[in-house]
Amino acid sequence: MKLDAKIPSGPLEQKWTRHIAESRLVAPNNKRKYRVLVVGTGLAGASAAASLSELGYQVTALCFHDTARRAHSIAAQGGINAAKNYQNDGDSVWRLFYDTIKGGDFRAREANVHRLAEVSTRIIDQCVAQGVPFAREYGGLLANRSFGGAQVSRTFYARGQTGQQLLLGAYSALMKQVGAGAVRLLANTEMLDLVVVDGRAQGIVTRDLNTGKIERLAADAVVLATGGYGNVFNLSTYARGSNATAIWRAHRRGAGFANPCFTQIHPTCIPVSGDYQSKLTLMSESLRNDGRCWVPARAGDKRRPREIPEAERDYYLERMYPAFGNLAPRDIASRAAKRVCDEGRGVGESGLGVYLDFSDSINRLGLDAIKERYGNLFDIYHEITAENAYETPMRIFPAVHYTMGGLWVDYNLMATIPGLFVLGEANFSDHGANRLGASALMQGLADGYFVLPNTIGNYLATLKPGACPAPDGPEFLAVEAGVTAKLKRLLEVKGQRTITDFHKRLGRVLWEHCGMARNRRGLEEAIKLIPALRQEFWEDVRVPGDAGNLNQSLERAGRVADFLELAELMCRDALAREESCGCHFREEYEEEGECKRRDAEFAHAAVWEWQGEEQAPTRHTEPLAYESVKMTTRSYK
Amino acid sequence: MKVRLKVWRQPGPNAAGGFETYDTPELNPNMSFLEMLDVVNDELTRRGNAPIAFAHDCREGICGTCGLTVNGRPHGPGQGTATCQLYMRNFEDGATITIEPFRARPFPVLQDLIVDRAAFDRIMQKGGFVSVRTGAPQDANALPVAKPAAELAMDAAQCIGCGACVAACKNASAMLFVSAKVSHLGLLPQGQPERYRRVAAMVRAMDGEGFGNCTVTGSCEAVCPKNINLAFIARLNRDYAVALLKGE
Repeated sequence: MKLDAKIPSGPLEQKWTRHIAESRLVAPNNKRKYRVLVVGTGLAGASAAASLSELGYQVTALCFHDTARRAHSIAAQGGINAAKNYQNDGDSVWRLFYDTIKGGDFRAREANVHRLAEVSTRIIDQCVAQGVPFAREYGGLLANRSFGGAQVSRTFYARGQTGQQLLLGAYSALMKQVGAGAVRLLANTEMLDLVVVDGRAQGIVTRDLNTGKIERLAADAVVLATGGYGNVFNLSTYARGSNATAIWRAHRRGAGFANPCFTQIHPTCIPVSGDYQSKLTLMSESLRNDGRCWVPARAGDKRRPREIPEAERDYYLERMYPAFGNLAPRDIASRAAKRVCDEGRGVGESGLGVYLDFSDSINRLGLDAIKERYGNLFDIYHEITAENAYETPMRIFPAVHYTMGGLWVDYNLMATIPGLFVLGEANFSDHGANRLGASALMQGLADGYFVLPNTIGNYLATLKPGACPAPDGPEFLAVEAGVTAKLKRLLEVKGQRTITDFHKRLGRVLWEHCGMARNRRGLEEAIKLIPALRQEFWEDVRVPGDAGNLNQSLERAGRVADFLELAELMCRDALAREESCGCHFREEYEEEGECKRRDAEFAHAAVWEWQGEEQAPTRHTEPLAYESVKMTTRSYK
Repeated sequence: MKVRLKVWRQPGPNAAGGFETYDTPELNPNMSFLEMLDVVNDELTRRGNAPIAFAHDCREGICGTCGLTVNGRPHGPGQGTATCQLYMRNFEDGATITIEPFRARPFPVLQDLIVDRAAFDRIMQKGGFVSVRTGAPQDANALPVAKPAAELAMDAAQCIGCGACVAACKNASAMLFVSAKVSHLGLLPQGQPERYRRVAAMVRAMDGEGFGNCTVTGSCEAVCPKNINLAFIARLNRDYAVALLKGE
C-alpha cells in the first residue's frame, strides 16, 4: 500500500494557498460531464454535494435517512470553532492550529490542521450568509463562548443546537440544488459496497431501504461522508442508525483504515441506567464553562450531594489541572472521571458517575443567566432522569462520542483507492488522537464547502470528460452479486439470538478492553473474543423477514456484521500502538497517570490494509513530520 | 411495570392494516418509550414474529425521525418532546397504550408505524433557502442582526421537520412547518431579497402536496416537540398576502 500524503511544499502558512493555485482545474463546460456520487448528507456530505453541484458537476447524493436533514450532525450541541478573534482575546489561525495539533496529542498532520484553521473563518461567513441564526450580542454582532482545550473564546453557537442549525443550512443549500434539478437525491438509500474498476473507485451498489431494490450507480468519483463508527460500542451518543458500513466495505475493497483505535470518550454524558439502554445522551461540553465537576473526597460516601460540605468534596479537575480546571480537554476529563470512580468515589446508584454542579454559577450569575445559556440541556436532563439540575447537581459519566480514526486520506482527501474521497468524521485526518470540542462541525464543513471543491479537480482532470461508463460491466455485476449474497446469507442463518444480543455483547467487550484504558492482556483477550463472537453471529443470529421490502432488522444485521469485523481491527490497532497518546491510554505507558507518548517509535498514522476474511490485516505507517511546531508533552496542569 | 400495547400493523404501503395487541414483558419505568418498543421487538423476533417497524434515529429529540401517535396524540403525552423523549414513567402500570403512525394523506404509510414525509423536502426545494453559493461572502460581522430578531428566528428555525403538526391537524395542514421556515429566513436580513418569492413558492408547493388549510385551532402547536409558536402562522399569512399583492 502506497501512502503518499501529497502535502504541498513550502512554508506551512502558504501550503493551502499554493496548493489551490497549483491544483488542476476542470473547465466549466466540462464539469457537467463528470459524475460524482456523494454518500451521506450530514455536514460534510450535504455541503460537498451542494458545493460541487454549484460548480457544475453532475452530483448524485444519497442518505439512509428518510430526508437529508436527519444526519447525526444535527445532534451536535455546543458549537463550531473559528479563528475570527472577534473577542480580541489573542486568537489567530496559528493559535487554533496549535490548539488543535496539541489537543490531538501530536498525532495529526500539520498541513491538514493548518488548512482547517485557515478556512474556519470562511465557514462562519458562509453559514451566516445562508441564514444560520447564530447567537448574537445586543449590538447585533456574533457571540462566542469558550470550550474545552482552549484559552480563548472562539466558539460560535446557536443555543444548544448548533449542529442542527449548521446542518439545516447545508441542507437548505442542497435543497436549492435539488430543486433546480442539479442534484439527484436518493433518500432511504444505503450504500452496501464500492465498485473498483481498473484500480479506481467507479461506483457503488446501493439498497433502497423502502423497497429492497438493489441498484448499481457509476461515477467518476465517489465521496464518502458517512460519519464515524462509534456505534461499534453499541452504547454511544451516536444516532441508532449511524454505522460504519460504507467505510468498512470500502476498506474491504482496498481503502486503508487509519488509527481505528482512536475513539473519543466524551466526559459529560448522562450515566447508563439499565441493560435495556439503547443510547447515551450527551450533555454539551459547554456546560463545563459554568459547571464544576466533583465527587466526594471519601470513597463510599453515600450522602446526598447537598449534604456533603465543601471541605469533603473533591473538585478533581480543578485540583489536578489548575491551568484549565473544568475546561480540560475531553480525553483528560474522561480519564479523570474514570479514575475517581475506580477509586470508589463515583456517585449515583451504579457508582459510575460524577457531579457537575452549577450552584456556584447560579449564585454568581443568577438563575436566569444559566437558564438562558443551558435551558434546553437542563430540560433534556430532566426528561431523562426526572431530576432538576438547577437544584441538585447533574450526574455525568463518559461515553463514546466520536471517532478520530477513519479511512486514510491524502491532502486532497483522497483515500488509497484513486477516485474515492472521504470527508468529515469518516476520514482520519485532522484530529490526531483526540478531538477538541466544537471542532467536528468545523472539519465537516471545511471538507465539504472549501477543501473538496478545490481538490477534486486534481483527480477528475486526469480522467476523460464524459467517459464514465454505464454501471453494467462485469465488476459492477460481481459486486452486486456479492451484496445480494450477503443479504441472503444473513436471512438464512435463522438462528436463536437477536441482533441486539450480539451488538450488546460486542459493545461490552470493546468498552472493557478497548475503552478509556487499554492494556496488552485485555486487548489480546478481545482479539480472541471478537472472532468467536463473529462466528457465533453467522451461526446463530436471527434476522426476520426478507430482503425485498422495508426490513429494519436486515439493515441492522448488516451493520452489526461490519462492526464485528471493525472491532477486531480497533483492538489490533490499540495493541500495536505501544504508547499512550490522546484518547489512547495504554496502562503500560503512563507517567503519574498521564499519557506517555513514544514519539521516536509512534509519531505516525497507522494505516491498516485488509487482507481478506479471517486474515490478519497489514499495518503500514505514514510518518508525521512536524516542521513548524515542536512536539511537547501535552500538559494542562 | 407492564403495559398492553395496541399497535397499528401494516405490512406494506398498499396492504390493509389493523391493530394487534401485545402484552409487554416486565419494564423499567426509566426506559424510554422507544426502548420499550425495542424490548417488545426482541421478544417478537425471538418468538418468530415480525417486529414492529418504527422510525427512529438520534433518540434525543433533534433529528425528527421518530413520530408515533400515542393514545391519539402525535408524540404522546409529553409537552414539547418528541416520541423518543417519552419515558415509561409517564404511564400507569397495567395501562393500555394505543400506537399508530402519523395519519395524514400526504404522509402515506410505508410499513406499520413508518410514514413517508418526503412532501416536506419537496416544499423546501421550492424556496426554503437563501440563494447563496459556496464562496466568499462578506465577513460574518458585516451584517449585524438585532438580538431579538435573531432569537425569534432561532425559535422558528428549531423546527425538526417531524410532521407532528400535520398529524395533529384535522385538515392535515402543514402551515406550522412552512411558517417556521418562512419566518426563520424572513426575520433575518439574509432572507429579505427572496422573502416574498419564497413564501409564495412554498405555499404553492404545500397546497400542491395535498396538505389542507389552516383553521387556527392550534392543535399543531400543542403537539410540536419544539414548541413552535402559532404566531408564526400569522407571520406566514401576512407575508403570503403581501406576496400576492406583489404578484409573486
